[in-house]
Amino acid sequence: MASAGRVLLILCLLSSVYGLGASLYGVRTDQHEWVDSGRRAMYSVFGMSAIAFVILDVAFISSDFSYNIVASGSSTTTPFFYRAAAIWSTQQGSLLLWVMLLTFWSSLALLLTRRRVREIVPYAQSVLFGFAIFFVGLIVFFANPFAISANPPSEGAGLDPLLRHTTMMVHPPMLYSGFTLLLVPFAFCIGALISGRLGAEWIQVTRRFALAGWLCLGIGLLLGARWSYTELGWGGYWEWDPVENAALMPWLVCTAYIHSIMIQEKRGMLKVWNASLILLAGTLAIVGDFLVRSGILSSIHAFVSDPTLNVAFVVLVSVMVLGSVWLVTYRRDGLSSEHRLDALLSREGVFLIQNMVLVALTAVVFWLTFFPLISEAITGTQVSVGPPVFARFVVPLALVVVALSGIGPIIAWRRVTVAKLKRSFAFPVAVGLGTFVILAFVSGVTRHVFAYIMFGLGAFVVGTVAQEFFRGARARRAMTGESLGGALVALVRRNRRRYGGYLVHAGVAVALVGVAGSTSFQHQRFATLKPGQSVHLDGYTFTYKHPTAVATAQKVSFGGDVAVTKGGEPVTTLHTTYGLYPSQDLNAPVGRFLNTSDGAQTESRVGLDSGALRDLWVVISPNLGQLQGLVSEGDAQIAKALNAAESLPAAQRAGQLNTIFQLRDILINELAQRFVTHPWASTFLIEVSPLVMWLWIGAIIAALGGLIALWPVPRRSRAGALSVRRRPATEPAASPAPEPEPERERELV
Amino acid sequence: MAYVLVLVVLAVVVFAISGPLRTVRGPEDRAGEAPDVAELEAARDAKYREIRDAELDVRTGKLSDEDYAALDGSLRAEAVEILHQLDEARPGEQVPSGS
Repeated sequence: MASAGRVLLILCLLSSVYGLGASLYGVRTDQHEWVDSGRRAMYSVFGMSAIAFVILDVAFISSDFSYNIVASGSSTTTPFFYRAAAIWSTQQGSLLLWVMLLTFWSSLALLLTRRRVREIVPYAQSVLFGFAIFFVGLIVFFANPFAISANPPSEGAGLDPLLRHTTMMVHPPMLYSGFTLLLVPFAFCIGALISGRLGAEWIQVTRRFALAGWLCLGIGLLLGARWSYTELGWGGYWEWDPVENAALMPWLVCTAYIHSIMIQEKRGMLKVWNASLILLAGTLAIVGDFLVRSGILSSIHAFVSDPTLNVAFVVLVSVMVLGSVWLVTYRRDGLSSEHRLDALLSREGVFLIQNMVLVALTAVVFWLTFFPLISEAITGTQVSVGPPVFARFVVPLALVVVALSGIGPIIAWRRVTVAKLKRSFAFPVAVGLGTFVILAFVSGVTRHVFAYIMFGLGAFVVGTVAQEFFRGARARRAMTGESLGGALVALVRRNRRRYGGYLVHAGVAVALVGVAGSTSFQHQRFATLKPGQSVHLDGYTFTYKHPTAVATAQKVSFGGDVAVTKGGEPVTTLHTTYGLYPSQDLNAPVGRFLNTSDGAQTESRVGLDSGALRDLWVVISPNLGQLQGLVSEGDAQIAKALNAAESLPAAQRAGQLNTIFQLRDILINELAQRFVTHPWASTFLIEVSPLVMWLWIGAIIAALGGLIALWPVPRRSRAGALSVRRRPATEPAASPAPEPEPERERELV
Repeated sequence: MAYVLVLVVLAVVVFAISGPLRTVRGPEDRAGEAPDVAELEAARDAKYREIRDAELDVRTGKLSDEDYAALDGSLRAEAVEILHQLDEARPGEQVPSGS
């Protein structure tokens, strides 16, 4: 089926080229049937890329090692679930996933707009086909996933052990969905700029795609952080890795965009700003993919560097940047604001400041992420920038964003009075100040100023959001007589965008409180312990009770049970392991199972006890040096036996080889058990981190809020509650009836 | 098997893509939706949201009654103006009030 997959990809490329041509021809000649035909070409490209993806995934699941990428990225010993997902652990497979997602979201957007914004759609369609041609072209010409080998190996190299983690199976598709979703509003913005239809309709039809992209990127970032925390064994969840930053930057810009488009929709303002933001977000999405694929910046997440792909991506990003700048400049007159800001002390004023801070944050992250390349270009040496440098600039800006996320919801659009302001701020400010006062008496908290401020601001934001929900529900209850709970549910259901957004604010504040607590008050130490020995950290006693070892054909795992007590009382027992996955190095029949120098791949599993106030975290790094002499001797003996077996007649050879491999397995098992029976010292990294749980809880709240905001409001709810009196048909258009409808239905909340 | 799959897919794709080109369109199909109508509908929906937001703001204590009365009046006047522009952009169609 590899040839079928290859042909399908070529058909994808041809269909994309046709779709681009048909869309442009249709709009230039005003023959919309060509545009419709182009739209169907997009559906076809999605369908064909999906079939190609299925063909490739079946090859992974069935361990068909005639496919080169299956041989390099999977094995028969890789569990089924990971075999099914191993496709995107390879450069070629992940490109195919990207194409499938890009064309899926593009098809969905074009389907939903097939009878709307007809002047914009042909150009947007062309831009989306441009992206499809680029990525399908990369696959067809430079990264063929259907390359096959005439002499396939009997066993594959296996999936990278670090990727054998549940979250990593969802994390890449989430990030790719986020990146590709952002290309939809990017394309429609380009379409609006080319066609000159610069109102809010292109924003309206793509708003959900931007929101969905923001949500997917956020979930992807969260899953990546969780993976890092529980799998990588370095003790944290965020390290300002270039690939992490690659997803963070478009997420930050998209956050700004989601807020600022409300100002354009309501007031016809900030058109240049909104167009620039989404063009920047789309470009950063491609830059993000470039960072993952190019390996130009050192990252654990990046694929191996490929100069051909690098050049292609640089060209694409350059075209996107230059084209965007030119179009915005060309349309600057049509992008002028229809209104002016009434007052800085208004919700739009807060949004504006928040936007500027978010863009400043993005600029800081961009500069520091690319600083190694910039320094290399200037000095010839790559200078890496570590987390402390990021924190120095990012933390103050993040505090401002959190403060604004609390202020925004309680300020009205257009104008506010001081009296109303006082009333709205009283409760949340009291909550924030109360938190400051209480924490001032908690030992050591005020020493970490930024964390202390974050705790107070977090409480302020949560107070704001709680007040908003309560006041809204109370107002609805007063009108409808529902219970407070029923009124709350109905309120959220009828105003999903607003209250979903408020939940996101609360979730982000809670998550950042978790980040502030866990980074500022974390206790960490390395300890080399023999079984029975203990170490003390932050009031807890960690005792290395006993080592463990499990040897299977897939993996040799060394671990340890660590008992944790506090004040003599048992708290928990943590189990941590260090796994070695065998390489294919036939010259080291034993060493390939136990030595990284012989190609064995490693993974760490942390021992973790999570709680609302603190996490106890431990990871083992076993000292296997004591086994090296026996491993070398085993290699020599087994190799000798294998050589001897090779000279036997074929009939005896198979039996002899079978016996040798059984002996090898016994030897490996014996070696592993020596780790258990001998009191060798192992090194542990131990952490006591407060409030980490709140990072995950806050992120889940934010994701829930995002889902609520994204969920479509039933048409009946959108329209049925409003009634606007219109002038009689004979009345001149210049004198509309200004008075509110006195009998209008009072169901707005 | 692979050839059959490719041929079937190719046939489906050619049939689907050429569909709009094989269909003879009437003038009403060609007209589609006037761009002004789309823009006005977007403006109308945004204005409705703004009216609802103002209502919610006054009920949750963020706007004074005086500010709300002035704001709501001007927003509704703007909404009415958009509805009339929509009427003019879509002659012969009755725009349901508030929908």
